[in-house]
Amino acid sequence: MEANTRSTGRLPAAFLTPGSSSFMDFLGAQAPELLPGNRPLPPVAGAVEIPHGTTIVAASFPGGVVLAGDRRATMGNVIAQRDIEKVFPADEYSAVGIAGTAGLAVEMVKLFQLELEHFEKVEGVPLSLEGKANRLSTMIRSNLGMALQGLAVVPIFAGWDVDRQKGRIFSYDVTGGRSEEHGFAAIGSGSVFARGSLKKLFRPDLTEGQATTLVVQALYDAADDDSATGGPDLARRIYPIVTVITDEGFRKLTEAQCSEIVRAIHDRRLDEPDGPRAALL
Amino acid sequence: MTERDGQPVSTPFYVSPQQAMADRAEYARKGIARGRSVVVLQYTDGVVFVAENPSRALHKVSEIYDRIAFAAVGKYNEFENLRIGGVRYADLRGYTYDRDDVTARGLANVYAQTLGTIFSSAGEKPYEVELIVAEVGAGPEDDQIYRLPHDGSIVDEHGSVAVGGNADQISNYLDQRHRDGMTLAEALKLAVESLTRDNNGGERTLTAEQLEVAVLDRTRPQQRKFKRLLGRQLSRLLDEGTPTSEESAPEESDS
Repeated sequence: MEANTRSTGRLPAAFLTPGSSSFMDFLGAQAPELLPGNRPLPPVAGAVEIPHGTTIVAASFPGGVVLAGDRRATMGNVIAQRDIEKVFPADEYSAVGIAGTAGLAVEMVKLFQLELEHFEKVEGVPLSLEGKANRLSTMIRSNLGMALQGLAVVPIFAGWDVDRQKGRIFSYDVTGGRSEEHGFAAIGSGSVFARGSLKKLFRPDLTEGQATTLVVQALYDAADDDSATGGPDLARRIYPIVTVITDEGFRKLTEAQCSEIVRAIHDRRLDEPDGPRAALL
Repeated sequence: MTERDGQPVSTPFYVSPQQAMADRAEYARKGIARGRSVVVLQYTDGVVFVAENPSRALHKVSEIYDRIAFAAVGKYNEFENLRIGGVRYADLRGYTYDRDDVTARGLANVYAQTLGTIFSSAGEKPYEVELIVAEVGAGPEDDQIYRLPHDGSIVDEHGSVAVGGNADQISNYLDQRHRDGMTLAEALKLAVESLTRDNNGGERTLTAEQLEVAVLDRTRPQQRKFKRLLGRQLSRLLDEGTPTSEESAPEESDS
């Protein structure tokens, strides 16, 4: 529904009515068909083959938080895309990484970004980090019907809390249930392996550089054991997406920076294919 | 006034459409002239908005979209409604199509239609507002500034523009002194000078606390080019524009 297609061309009354600062609420009232969770689905028997995004990992360090994702999308046992991006900036101080149905996930991220931006523009101040995390909960919850039909979307939300001056990580389940993770988190098909890796390598006093290496190690381990997670593709120069959020805001590592981390890990793994070893006791 | 059955009955007067419109225009103009002015100037890297506004919470200058900003004078609740309407219009349009499809021209058109319909509808009070919608382009020649008076007309402006009480005098002052390729500090200085001159030719002083300043800066790496200039950054820029500090301490800025 377009604002200026009305006969007079003026803004419709709903646009000028004071009320909610939420773009999702406005969209729900003005153009409900554009809301991702608002489409009726026909009942389907069995699994539908749709591209799925896989592993996302996050870890915090004293000055911020890192969020990273592999680049593979799978459709059944076919690799649907080798260079998909599953980690996005949500706003200046937060990022979201999404596993699950790729098409829906990308649409949801687009709406989530707009939701945060819209609030900030209307109110003149950004939402608190908790407020942002709760809005994402609402979005995931509205997708529950689709999730139960196999079109689940599960995010990790990470950001710099400007009030508390620290990086924070939130993980979600398909019902929109939200829990704050302390230290590190992983979601997606490779998350079991990634979490094992994070658990052994994580330390609370990591530097930013060590934290970025840590998440790439975890993705490497996930790709090692999970067929749906893509490892770094040195031949095609497809590396994981690694993002860092500090008090200076969101930053995505350049291809050159990722390449450096990946190559360092790769070189070490030529000698030790299972990666760094943790102490036995 | 005559009386019928003890009730006063007013005689209906004929008011010509010209007179009715002139009265409405007069009403709107008076409301607008009561407020302080806002000036908008082009500079090398974008467009700067300067308003005399002691309030930190009630803005006269705001972000609409990536490259588009909004400035207004007049009645706060009326232009605030228009601002939010504009943000909703822009966000919905960008979500439906693409972020590049949101343009100042489109937004100015919608505002003009809205103001024009309200102005000429007998059932509604005309809005006592005057708006500026500006978009920063890839280069100075691509910048667009539209002025939208209360009656729904659109004026395509170049270089500099002022709205609000005293707007004519300020515009004249700006027209004579504004030139292409000014730096931000120079443009800001000119804007403040124009605002501090009052009707009688006297000058007041405006401090950083009394000014609301924002820029659409095309050099910003972020997608959203709008930025408010606050606190120390603003004070520093204001000092930079004055020749005394330039001569005494040219290289001392802690940029």
